[in-house]
Amino acid sequence: MTVNQVALAYLVASIFFILALKGLSSPESARRGNLLGMIGMALAVLTTLSIILGGRLEFVFLAMLIGGSIGAFVARRVQMTQMPETVAAMHSLVGMAAVLIAVAAVNNPSAFGVPDPMPTGNRLELFIGTFVGAITFTGSVIAFGKLAGLGKHFRLFSSAPVVFKGQHLLNLALALVMVGFGVAFFLATDKAWTPFWIMTGIAFALGVLIIIPIGGADMPVVISMLNSYSGWAAAGIGFSLNNSMLIIAGSLVGSSGAILSYIMCRAMNRAFISVILGGFGAAEGTAAAGADQKQVKSGSADDAAFLMSNAESVIIVPGYGLAVARAQHSVKEMADKLVKKGVNVRFAIHPVAGRMPGHMNVLLAEAEVPYDLVYEMDDINNEFSTTDVVLVLGANDVVNPLAHQQGSAIYGMPILEAHKARTVLVNKRSMAVGYAGLDNPLFYMDRTMMVFGDAKKTVEDIVKAI
Amino acid sequence: MTGTVDPTIINLVVFVLAVFVGYHVIWNVTPALHTPLMSLTNAISSVIIVGALLAAAVDALDLGSTMGIIAIGLASVNVAGGFLVTQRMLEMFKKKEPKGEPK
Repeated sequence: MTVNQVALAYLVASIFFILALKGLSSPESARRGNLLGMIGMALAVLTTLSIILGGRLEFVFLAMLIGGSIGAFVARRVQMTQMPETVAAMHSLVGMAAVLIAVAAVNNPSAFGVPDPMPTGNRLELFIGTFVGAITFTGSVIAFGKLAGLGKHFRLFSSAPVVFKGQHLLNLALALVMVGFGVAFFLATDKAWTPFWIMTGIAFALGVLIIIPIGGADMPVVISMLNSYSGWAAAGIGFSLNNSMLIIAGSLVGSSGAILSYIMCRAMNRAFISVILGGFGAAEGTAAAGADQKQVKSGSADDAAFLMSNAESVIIVPGYGLAVARAQHSVKEMADKLVKKGVNVRFAIHPVAGRMPGHMNVLLAEAEVPYDLVYEMDDINNEFSTTDVVLVLGANDVVNPLAHQQGSAIYGMPILEAHKARTVLVNKRSMAVGYAGLDNPLFYMDRTMMVFGDAKKTVEDIVKAI
Repeated sequence: MTGTVDPTIINLVVFVLAVFVGYHVIWNVTPALHTPLMSLTNAISSVIIVGALLAAAVDALDLGSTMGIIAIGLASVNVAGGFLVTQRMLEMFKKKEPKGEPK
């Protein structure tokens, strides 16, 4: 193929990638979208293979075979509850691949059709691609550890924020030194390995340092942010190799991650910068002060079953607690039984429910809850006031009416307005406060009944009692 | 004003336009599919494998081609894993038969 034909084939692949993402606008077209993405990737890889046919290919195919098999194996085996850490692990691979390609490009620019020694313009872009890739790699490894709950084995993986004095100053200083070596790499006329390695090493360290202070519950933002970084790393590499397809694919991914980060921050009413600076969520799990002075009504699973089966309409609000308890299948069974009794059952999902964007939707879909029963916050918030029973399962802050009260720590955060329902059932393990460390007035309302216990156990008991 | 445009400028043009396209396409993605969106974008960003292939195929087995081969392996995990896990998730969002009994 000529250079022009290759460029045109890459253009077609890029269009397939755009169409793939466009397919995700509805569940009906999503599978076709994914298929288009696969076709685009196949086209990109085959086109590139046709260029390099003359070279040594045995190791190339071996690497593709091994990598592909591992990927296929993981894709088949991974649990839906483990999706967040799986995605984090995949981000890290993209980051590392970007760094390795950058090393190869410094070593032998002519393999990519770039003049040797590399021109300064390409060096600048290579520098950007490398440090973003390196930060993506180590940052994602830390995120993976936090999400997989490996904090017991290694302190940096702790889901509580790891903070120390002068942390932000250290990060800033390291970033400046890194940029300094980047400039040295940029200005050099030879291969300039020394500044390249130092700057890459610092970027690896920075990836660790910027993720460790971020608490477990901010993970939806972190994982979206790393998604974005992995895209920008790919785009940076595309710049230095003058490859439009890499730039387009990288930019699509980069903007996707950035938009998801924005959506997550907005749903928590937190500024992106404050999430990044971290430290929030250190007080996770402490008991609410003075909670025992206030009266809560508590009831059994049988009472809950009685209330729900006699209701006309029920809205279920699943939260992170449901995912932890892996109760989604029992919830589906409960919903089925209620529907059979003629109850109008719907699910209400807050954008930050779960540990990554859209996580709760996938868990419910896995349990075969039809997606047209599952509503996003904005679509169902008006319905709570005309609903007989709301069942809150393992959610807390996202239904906290304090969000409407000026001066409270979560004032302004969009919530599911469960407190407007005629009866509110709340399942929690204990009266512990949520992530924001706030007491929840919802629990003390006259119309609220608390059902204490593990989400899965409680729902199973309700199923039996209906 | 004669001469050719610097490739970096052309790259920049492509980049800016692609970000615009990305912005508009991604806002149209339904929130219910945000997790598959992430795994799909992950698979797409592993198109970086193209760079790895170019690096790996040189005749001499030196630092550059070794790095390329390792990068091919890493990116291949993502290519296969990303698309397949997305497919697996999207299968779950299939519309069920109206009265399909789970038993």
